Amino acid sequence: MRKALLAACFGLGLAAGALPQATEAQTPKRGGTLTYMIPADGGPSLDGHRETTYAVLHATAPFYSVLIRINPDNPSSTTDFTCDLCTEFPKPSDDGLTWTFKIRKGVKFHDGEPLTAQDVAASWKKIVSPPAGVASARYANFKMVESVAAPDDETVVFKLKFKTLSFLPALADPYAYIYSKKRLEQDMHWYEKNILGSGPFKLEAFTIGQSVKGVRNPDYYHAGQPYLDGFTAIFAPKQSVRVEAIRADRAALEFRSMPPAAVDQLTKELGDKITVQRSDWNCGNVLTPNHKVKPFDDVRVRKALFLAIDQWKGAQALSKIAIVRTVGSVVFPGSPLAANKEELEQLIGLWPDIDKSRAEARRLLKEAGQENLTFELLNRNVDQPYLIVGTWILDEWSKVGIKATQKVLPTGPWLDAMRSGNFTVALEANCQNIVNPIADVGRWLPYDVEQENFGGFLDPTLVEIYNKMLPETDVAKARVLMRQFEKRVNDEAHQLMVTYWYRQVPMRSYVKGWKISPSHYLNQDLANIWLDK
Amino acid sequence: MSTTVPTMGLPAVVDDSLALRPTLWMRTIHFLRREPLGTFGLALVIIMAMTGGFAELIAPYNPTANDFAAMTEAPSWAHVLGTDQFGRDLLSRLIYGARTAMIVGLSSALVGGVIGLVLGVGSAYFGGLIDLILQRIFDIVMAFPLIILALAVVSIFGTGVQNVIIAITIPLIPRCARVVRSSALAIREIPYVDAARACGFSHSRIILRHMVPNVMAPFLIMITASVGQAVLAEASLSYLGLGVQEPVPAWGLMLQGGAEEYASTAPWIAIFPGLAIMLSVLGVNLFGDALRDTLDPKMRNR
Amino acid sequence: MYLYVIKRVLLVIPTLVGAAALVFLLMRLIPGDVCVIRLGSSGGTFDPKAVTLCHQELGMDRPIWVQFFDFMWGIVRFDFGTSMWSAKPVTTEIWARLPVSLEIALLGTVLATAIAIPLGTLSALRQNSWLDLFVRVFAIGGIATPSFWLGIISLLIVLDLTSFFLGSPWMPPIDYVPFWEDPIRNLSMVFLPAITIGYRYSAITMRMTRSTMLEVMREDYIRTARAKGLIHKLIINRHALKNAMLPVVTLIGIEFAFLIGGLVVTEQVFNLNGVGRLFVQAVQNQDYTLTQALVMMTVVVFVFCNLVVDLLYAWLDPRIRYS
Repeated sequence: MRKALLAACFGLGLAAGALPQATEAQTPKRGGTLTYMIPADGGPSLDGHRETTYAVLHATAPFYSVLIRINPDNPSSTTDFTCDLCTEFPKPSDDGLTWTFKIRKGVKFHDGEPLTAQDVAASWKKIVSPPAGVASARYANFKMVESVAAPDDETVVFKLKFKTLSFLPALADPYAYIYSKKRLEQDMHWYEKNILGSGPFKLEAFTIGQSVKGVRNPDYYHAGQPYLDGFTAIFAPKQSVRVEAIRADRAALEFRSMPPAAVDQLTKELGDKITVQRSDWNCGNVLTPNHKVKPFDDVRVRKALFLAIDQWKGAQALSKIAIVRTVGSVVFPGSPLAANKEELEQLIGLWPDIDKSRAEARRLLKEAGQENLTFELLNRNVDQPYLIVGTWILDEWSKVGIKATQKVLPTGPWLDAMRSGNFTVALEANCQNIVNPIADVGRWLPYDVEQENFGGFLDPTLVEIYNKMLPETDVAKARVLMRQFEKRVNDEAHQLMVTYWYRQVPMRSYVKGWKISPSHYLNQDLANIWLDK
Repeated sequence: MSTTVPTMGLPAVVDDSLALRPTLWMRTIHFLRREPLGTFGLALVIIMAMTGGFAELIAPYNPTANDFAAMTEAPSWAHVLGTDQFGRDLLSRLIYGARTAMIVGLSSALVGGVIGLVLGVGSAYFGGLIDLILQRIFDIVMAFPLIILALAVVSIFGTGVQNVIIAITIPLIPRCARVVRSSALAIREIPYVDAARACGFSHSRIILRHMVPNVMAPFLIMITASVGQAVLAEASLSYLGLGVQEPVPAWGLMLQGGAEEYASTAPWIAIFPGLAIMLSVLGVNLFGDALRDTLDPKMRNR
Repeated sequence: MYLYVIKRVLLVIPTLVGAAALVFLLMRLIPGDVCVIRLGSSGGTFDPKAVTLCHQELGMDRPIWVQFFDFMWGIVRFDFGTSMWSAKPVTTEIWARLPVSLEIALLGTVLATAIAIPLGTLSALRQNSWLDLFVRVFAIGGIATPSFWLGIISLLIVLDLTSFFLGSPWMPPIDYVPFWEDPIRNLSMVFLPAITIGYRYSAITMRMTRSTMLEVMREDYIRTARAKGLIHKLIINRHALKNAMLPVVTLIGIEFAFLIGGLVVTEQVFNLNGVGRLFVQAVQNQDYTLTQALVMMTVVVFVFCNLVVDLLYAWLDPRIRYS
């Protein structure tokens, strides 16, 4: 009896340790150095405006400030935007076409120079309308911005061409670092090789290909922060190294995500020394048939491909071995514009009755004369989750008589094959920095609008729906239009979203203050992290 | 790596004509008795070949059948060596992997060896400019990192066992050619060859009847060493993601990705393929060593 | 003799040129390019104009022969250009990673030779004894084991053993500090990879030592020395070992060049910021300039080692000189 009680307590204790920490009202302790890992090799340049890899973001975000951001204390929200450099969150004027931000006073760059609205405007001009020869990776998100100006040292004004729900999330882009206007005027490319921000940490050391070290910025404008004395970020591309490092406490965590096996192993071995935070991820795999290649120009064949896959059961089974979990469609499941379960179940590929679905698939294949369809699925040679999802899809297809094999290529040739249309069906990925549904679904548009859509199809109706949705600011109406968009993509079987990914971040329990969000790009400036040691 | 001792001694052809020629059967018995390690190695190789050859009969499960209900299971009666992260039976994958290893190893070694033999003997025989150019080409290919060759072959021609074989064969050719060439050079120097030319014997007759038989010994040794190297090369390439691709069962591929991820929780996924590679390369090398000890005339008089 | 040396050294040039041309060609045959990887590998949307701009910046929009000439001209002047991925000079990238790789390579070599030569010699002296058998199997094991697998297993063993005996698992550090800054930390990071690489290296050296010792021991002059009654040990040390060492030393030299290949996988396993890992990154990112430079570096080391060996043998064996 006593033994059973003890065992029960022990089990409860372990279980409690494995649960994500509830929001605590503990007082943050100052001090300590956080050592974390970046699951990639060093990124190309240091300029956040230019790059898209998270390696750059995880290594440089602690050094910079941004204008607005998702609330770091509530990062799982997709609509809770707060000020970083602005004083209070403004309401738009001029029927929503003008946004006026008041910039904090007394902010300094790490070299002592003051930060004013001029710097904010100069940085945003670089992002929104880069001069010739300067790359801005996300400038297409800002088509709605007509101008950015700083009428005085404390005010930044954004004038829009049209109102849209996609403006604020785009403005809260975690890559939108505020640079020094002086430096930009000297050399627009200066920030590619240098770090100089106004963020919670100052650069201490940067060892190429190995680590980034930062120390606390004593002049940081958010009172009390950062709590950490400093941080060390180590580049560690190999997963097994990362798991073992956490196990041996060589590093406290990595901020992206770990597969279920690693999470299970760490919780089993370390018990309550490990805390795991989990969240749906604004990333997913997309199945893209090449409309320019027979027989995938036939909508029936494409529909059959989608109908054969049992996403509901499959996602559940796969979630034990892969970083996938949630079933959804074109919009991130946690967003207000996303479809609910009933709406999802109307879509091809998401019918609740899989036998009916597969019967329909077989019927369509027969009608199209493609009963013995054989082809190669183009996939990327990355295990999590591409290869796992790919292997699973092949299995599902075999259940309706489709004999497919995988053609697995390294990243470079994989991207190239898709860009040059040199494939039949491809499994690609869709990851966005921040949940911005209206901008994010732009990816599903045909190639005359979205050049990086590899499906090779044209669809003016789809573009028309999108153009109606873009300037719609009423959430309810936008949602209706989004369902129309979703239905059109699905009726034409252009592309299929195959399971959204799932983030699981195990960390040493002494790391506190950081909360998980749907994007591994958000909430990375480390200002609100403290160590309970 | 081949460890041929530079034979600065006399070529075998002289030795053979003086000694009594034992039959092949006598030679085999002699080998089995004198070389226990080599026999052990040969046994390992034969086991591997048999396993790969009769994979369909031996393997309990289909090596590519996913079973999401039985993922990463420990060794048990149902799955003698456990299952991997897709629920595929590890023993079956190892057995079919033996076939892939055999195909890759033997094909690469034989093709590479034969081409190397031709180039090496030709280079030694004709000498002069041909020798010079071939030597430089050998240098370049030998110095060239395998990973780029493999990436190029895989990216251009796609994945698949035959392309991996091509990628692995290319660096093996100059190694074999080098060894063959140095043996052939020794033959070249004998006045007999010049006399034969003076008598009007054709190039091909001299090459085939006199040079090739005498480089057979180092050539065979080279082939056995190459099989081992080919298997290891496939393992390294698969580890880097440039070799055989999913879902083909291959030992090197089994060590990639999933094996490391599960190394602590499901070590059998990482241990058994590695052991398989080790044992087969061990066997091939032990056999090759014993072969060299037997065929090398100086070692014969022990 | 001098003529031979000059001829031999000159022959190095076509090898280098050929290797340069080969790597240039092969890299460009692989589909995909560094700009697309840079912008597109995260799965997010990116602007095709950014790709074009990137091409212009890197000079990839110039005709092929212009790029090739630029590359060859650069090699001649020892200017390897800038990395296409990071825009830093290639020499900076390589220089930052050289200490780690060199330290492991050297440590591995030292460990390997320290084990291999004594064991190989003993094995030859006590031929067919249990020691000989053990050494032979140990050596073959070294050649047969994939080095990265050995690395994975050894790391696991260290973690599990320390976890079992000390209560909490210990792992080598994952970031490098130079030896003079913190010798203990430095060595604790380096010893496992050195052993992993060294095992194979020592195996090859051990086998070579053994076989050349065996060969030398049968030489007539050794038998004569024995017949004369010189003490066994003296014979071994002064006569046999000296002559046996030459092929062994040359083998060590040549194998060192191949060590770089072993580093490529080993550095992945242990998260070492070395030249091998840089090489894998460069190839995966299709960073032409960096890859070209690294390949040329490997080729130069290899060619140099071979050159030294050839010259050494020519000096010893007049027959080769005059062929």
